Amino acid sequence: MSLLDVQDLSVVFHSKGREDVRAVDGVTFEVRSGEIVGLVGESGCGKSVTSLALMGLLPPRGVKTGGKAIFDNGVDLLRTDQRTMRDLRGREIAMIFQDPLSSLNPVVPIGDQVTEVLTRHRGMKGEAAKKEAELLLDRVGIPDPRRRLKEYPHQLSGGMRQRALIAMAVACRPRLLIADEPTTALDVTIQAQILELLKELVHQDGTAMVMITHDLGVVAGLCDWINVLYAGRVVETAGRHALFAKPTHPYTHGLLSSIPRLDSVRGERLNPIPGSVRDLLPWLEGCAFAPRCDRVTEACVEGPPELTGGAHAFRCVNPVLEESGQDEAALYSREVSGAIE
Amino acid sequence: MLRFIVRRLLQLIPTLLGLSLLLFIWLHRLPGGPETALLGERATPETRAAVREAMGLDDPIFVQYGRFLKQLLTGDLGNSLSEKRPVIDLFLERFPGTIELTVVAMLFAIGLGIPLGYLAAKRRASWLDHMSVGGSLVAICIPIFFLGYLIKAVFAVKLGWFPTFGRQDTTIDATHITGFYVLDGIMTQEWDAALDALWHLVLPGLTLASIPLAIIVRITRASVLEVLNEDYVRTAQAKGLTERRIRGRHVLRNAMLPVVTVIGLLTGGLLSGAVLTETVFSFTGIGQFAAQSIDHRDYPVMMGFILIIAVVYVIVNLIVDISYTFIDPRVRVR
Repeated sequence: MSLLDVQDLSVVFHSKGREDVRAVDGVTFEVRSGEIVGLVGESGCGKSVTSLALMGLLPPRGVKTGGKAIFDNGVDLLRTDQRTMRDLRGREIAMIFQDPLSSLNPVVPIGDQVTEVLTRHRGMKGEAAKKEAELLLDRVGIPDPRRRLKEYPHQLSGGMRQRALIAMAVACRPRLLIADEPTTALDVTIQAQILELLKELVHQDGTAMVMITHDLGVVAGLCDWINVLYAGRVVETAGRHALFAKPTHPYTHGLLSSIPRLDSVRGERLNPIPGSVRDLLPWLEGCAFAPRCDRVTEACVEGPPELTGGAHAFRCVNPVLEESGQDEAALYSREVSGAIE
Repeated sequence: MLRFIVRRLLQLIPTLLGLSLLLFIWLHRLPGGPETALLGERATPETRAAVREAMGLDDPIFVQYGRFLKQLLTGDLGNSLSEKRPVIDLFLERFPGTIELTVVAMLFAIGLGIPLGYLAAKRRASWLDHMSVGGSLVAICIPIFFLGYLIKAVFAVKLGWFPTFGRQDTTIDATHITGFYVLDGIMTQEWDAALDALWHLVLPGLTLASIPLAIIVRITRASVLEVLNEDYVRTAQAKGLTERRIRGRHVLRNAMLPVVTVIGLLTGGLLSGAVLTETVFSFTGIGQFAAQSIDHRDYPVMMGFILIIAVVYVIVNLIVDISYTFIDPRVRVR
């Protein structure tokens, strides 16, 4: 049974005197209980806006959302009132952000920032809340938690700060955790540790997770299911092994050939995708990826391609059909067990 | 912390020495002299010369400065040339009034300014926002003496809700201990005297508050707007915290830093004398007193006034610097 069912989500930004921006344009995906789902794409593809829309954290004015996002018991996250959302946020659905330094309040001790969630959703106060906060910090691997409770964000290292934010997010054992580029601002060695920690926590608690990243290396070792986004739409969706074994959309294919693999030959050149996101077409005029695609034909600009292909679906009229047949996910993995050792 | 305070206070000494020397030379170069103010335009040159000599004004300027410094080291600011009384006494009689007025004005400015600035930022582009921004512009532009007379004409003269002048009704038999009339009234439990003194502070307080209020509204609004866009506010929202908690803990606490700086500077400015407001409301404070002393070329009073204001400024700023460390843990005083 699905925990989160996102149907045809769209987010449009209006600003006076300028054309509307369709940041998210009909995104559909599903998250089952306890599953880790990846939303992958480069900057500007709409992945962060998607997460903010689900959390109800988009600015109240100048934004129009469409579609549905049904959470668990039938609440539509896009249409429900602020009060219900406030009760859900932090308790049922929690979020971890990209930059741990700016995401923590610089003038409030770490401990208070953890206990305020416990007070809000679990009614814990005083020493009980402090005790629980200490356990939480310990759980996310912060040494000497009692002392850390009194410290301020600037006194912690980058990795510690992200661990503290994770502690706040998992404080109420949420059903769904949305992680928006949780490792992007961190050193590579710390990245692997944080991913390992997240994986461990969600497995222990049975929490489902939406992992938002631009880094296929991150999803390779982590996600059960992967959605690749381009220009506000899902262009390919598949299970992890299927996606890495047979990247079908030229964009996914391009992404995979543009990152180094563990088995690549020394001196071999990487193949970047030409152009940038700015070159995209609006979907109404055909495939948004067409200007950057090396497989482009006239059919590509005749109309927007539909998502086709059953479980492993893609949105392309000239898909890449070669298949390596082997499970290649591990070759891209950024996990401790994969890349570091 | 203690070392920081002591060092900052020690820094006062060279500051005051330099300031006093500069001022001393400058004041004595001003055209006209105390003898003219004392004797009038028509006095004979002989009488003038006699008075100048009696006042010691004919000695070389460095001799005069040396005399002043020697006095200063014993804590004596000299005697007023026009009133023949110690400067320090004259000052102590008037400073409490100015402090009361400043405190009341700043309470108005802070009490109204911070909530208004916050609401304006929170409801950006609403009518409230436009009113605050527009209103603060008007408040900054409108001359104080005009605003003062306007407020007085409406609320004191026409409506008769408040007294028109002074610090306390002369018919009230009040005991004065500290010179702070409100405080005296409370200490002696003469409640009518305290209330009356407070009543006398409302209109001048409001008048004096106009500019600080406008500045605080603007700074608060700008600062809150900036903080509302910070990632940690989004984190707080993502935790499902209540609006109230987000406002107090996460938005205002961070937005207050620039506001505190400005409040410090404004308070220092108001303490150094609200000449216009005090004049409009015939309020006995140091502003009026300082203006008079310039008319009378009363050098000791002018010197004393400026030195005392310099000390007040340094102390107010010291308090601001110390309060930083309580608001922002990243600031460490050294």
